[in-house]
Amino acid sequence: MPKAAKRPQRKNPLLRTRLPTLPPAARSRVALGLTAAAARGRFALQACPDCGAVQYPPSEVCRKCLSQRLAWRAQDGGGELLTETTLRTAQELFFRERLPWRIGIVRLDAGVNVVAYLHHNVDAAPCRVRVEASLDRAGQAALIAVPQQRRADLSDDPKLREMTCDPRGRKILVTDGKSAVAQALVRALSAAGAELIWVGEAEPWKKDEGLESLRELPQVSIVLVDVTDSQAVRQLAGEIGAKVDILVNTADLHRTFSIATRRGVETAQQEMDVNYFGLLRLAQEFAPVLKARAADGPANAVAWVNLLSIFALSNYPPHSTYSASKAAAFSLSQALRADLLPAGVRVINVFPGPIDDEWDQLEMPPKLAPAALAAAIVAALKGSVEDVYPGDVAQDWLARHLDNPKALERELGESAT
Amino acid sequence: MARAAYDDVVLAAPVTVPYVRYSIKSAHWFLGRALAQLIAAAKIPKTRIDGLAVASFTLAPDTAVGLTQHLGVTLRWLDHVPMGGASGIVSIRRAARAVQSGDAEIVACIAGDTNRTDSFRRNTSAFSQFSQDAVYPYGSGGPNTSFAFLTAYYMQHYGARREDFGKLCVAQRNNALKNPLALFKKPLTLEQYLDARLVADPLRLFDCVMPCAGAEGFLVMSRATAQSLGLPHARLLAAIERHNAFPDDPVQYRGGWALDRDALYEQAGVGPKDIDFLETYDDYPVINVLQFEGLGFCQEGEGAAFIRANTFEATGSFPFNTSGGQLSVGQAGAAGGHLGIVETVRQLTGETLGARLPRARHGLVSGFGMINYDRGVCSGAALLAAA
Repeated sequence: MPKAAKRPQRKNPLLRTRLPTLPPAARSRVALGLTAAAARGRFALQACPDCGAVQYPPSEVCRKCLSQRLAWRAQDGGGELLTETTLRTAQELFFRERLPWRIGIVRLDAGVNVVAYLHHNVDAAPCRVRVEASLDRAGQAALIAVPQQRRADLSDDPKLREMTCDPRGRKILVTDGKSAVAQALVRALSAAGAELIWVGEAEPWKKDEGLESLRELPQVSIVLVDVTDSQAVRQLAGEIGAKVDILVNTADLHRTFSIATRRGVETAQQEMDVNYFGLLRLAQEFAPVLKARAADGPANAVAWVNLLSIFALSNYPPHSTYSASKAAAFSLSQALRADLLPAGVRVINVFPGPIDDEWDQLEMPPKLAPAALAAAIVAALKGSVEDVYPGDVAQDWLARHLDNPKALERELGESAT
Repeated sequence: MARAAYDDVVLAAPVTVPYVRYSIKSAHWFLGRALAQLIAAAKIPKTRIDGLAVASFTLAPDTAVGLTQHLGVTLRWLDHVPMGGASGIVSIRRAARAVQSGDAEIVACIAGDTNRTDSFRRNTSAFSQFSQDAVYPYGSGGPNTSFAFLTAYYMQHYGARREDFGKLCVAQRNNALKNPLALFKKPLTLEQYLDARLVADPLRLFDCVMPCAGAEGFLVMSRATAQSLGLPHARLLAAIERHNAFPDDPVQYRGGWALDRDALYEQAGVGPKDIDFLETYDDYPVINVLQFEGLGFCQEGEGAAFIRANTFEATGSFPFNTSGGQLSVGQAGAAGGHLGIVETVRQLTGETLGARLPRARHGLVSGFGMINYDRGVCSGAALLAAA
């Protein structure tokens, strides 16, 4: 087992909890294009459509031909590490608390130099490397050079591990265990080495076999909580809030109504109460304590995962009220992200397409298996992304959305008829 | 087309506002002191100054414009030169043409910065857009990072050793020990240099310039004006500048000097062999070596052999950074690029603060500035002669 993956020691309660520090977050607007790609796990640089020149650092005009039509293009990241250093001093507290740092200049095959962190498996310069983009604790893109051939996990490197939200050794709250997705997720988190998993159960008089079967996992502890009950959420936060390292909000109420198929708003209100107000209640009670523990040793509070839906991007009229509730939750999650980012706690939004469960029964395949969605969430925690679009349908919708949101709106509108 | 000669443009009244490690004063104070010392040295009223070139990193939100009101000067020629360690050379070039053309009679070229305890971090964290976006977030090492990259690359490619850089640093310290204004007062041995604590491999403590507060200044005018004022002066024979040279070099192993040195020596009518002493921009020793090579004192990549074959004290075979340079005097922000110019004028007028060459006829001073992303962008040099 690599050193970084060892189970962290128990916290000494006499020691003061360290306050979170962050790497520098200031970026020009154009440089945020790098972050936008890294948020989805991609390494993209600007390329000039007129002369082909790749640009770095991000720029407003082409350094070769002065074209202003630069466009972000995915990069394979291949290049040569030309020169390197190991920093023994640093001006910012974040780096100072974690010295030394190994960094280098990589000449990408695309023809530009990048300054990058060097994964500790990278050989001494000069050598071939591959550059990847990850999100650092400040939520900004950071370039990392990894060995060209060998697979290199961020978690293998004691410093770069901090860019991940690796569930290994962490205490995790899954807010609602009564769904196939949540149950698959709990099993996946258990397999990924979570230390403790609290699984929320609402309405305990309605027994759920899948949830009951989770009790066989040694890390699992079933806790009573109903996200529509403010008092219950507050009580749970009081009991376990100060121990939660990762919160995964799986609470989800999905009914398949369009505007015209049902009179009255009660069902839509219930969806909003779980999907939107439930998130709001959790955020109010758990976010402050997560922020306070964002630097609490190696098993610190690191992430908040929202199980949203690809329907949050653009309304899917056959599931119109559900789409609206997920859009509301998505909007709120952006505020939650803004709230947690200054502490270095990452908000990961997951936007699955139709899931292979009863509420998406009438959706045509491909549909996402609960186990596949669970695996995508665990992979996101082990990596360094904040927006996850798991499965073929989600990727397809995302591509259509990014290409032309109005066209997607029209296409989805046609599915209503 | 051949560039016009500088005719009888001269530099006079070299002044230094004494350096301090930290100061609670602002850049305005240091620049104001520089101007006060200039008019005192030249024995002229402030109203005789009709041109001003200013360089500073810590003057914000002001520029040279604001400084005119702070200092109460009415000018017919004003320049703000934001080129870091190349600002001094560029100021000379611009001021010289202003004087030649009659746009100004006496141009004060001043550079200065304050240094509060957090100034350096603030300056480096927002040094440039490229630096903010693509360098500072990787460890926040500032210039130590950039020069560690250059030094490691140079050593790897050309076989230079730490002892070679150390020889330069020790010689500069020996020069500085004679300079009462140098902040470093203790001798430096090669062993101390080699064993100092690591800062950013391969750089150790004495490879890294120490930021401080202070200012430097000099006057540019015609020889006739200097003579009428009875001012000792040095003649400007030639000057070059270059920005963003060799952008396709993978890592910077040469500066813009290589492109312009032939023009420099041609304009001056003298060559490297005629140079009695060299003042380089020396925030880190590797950049000295790039200047030795770029200015034609040795071939590209042969800097280490050149160092091994020479001695660099004021009395040595290759007198170099005779006041101690920034590495042993201190780096007063943008004044670092003026320090060598002021020392060159002092040597050529025989009015040094410390070590003095017996017969200094030709002095070469160079500037280097602005690690905008992965390399220094601005370079320049000026060749001066005794009157």
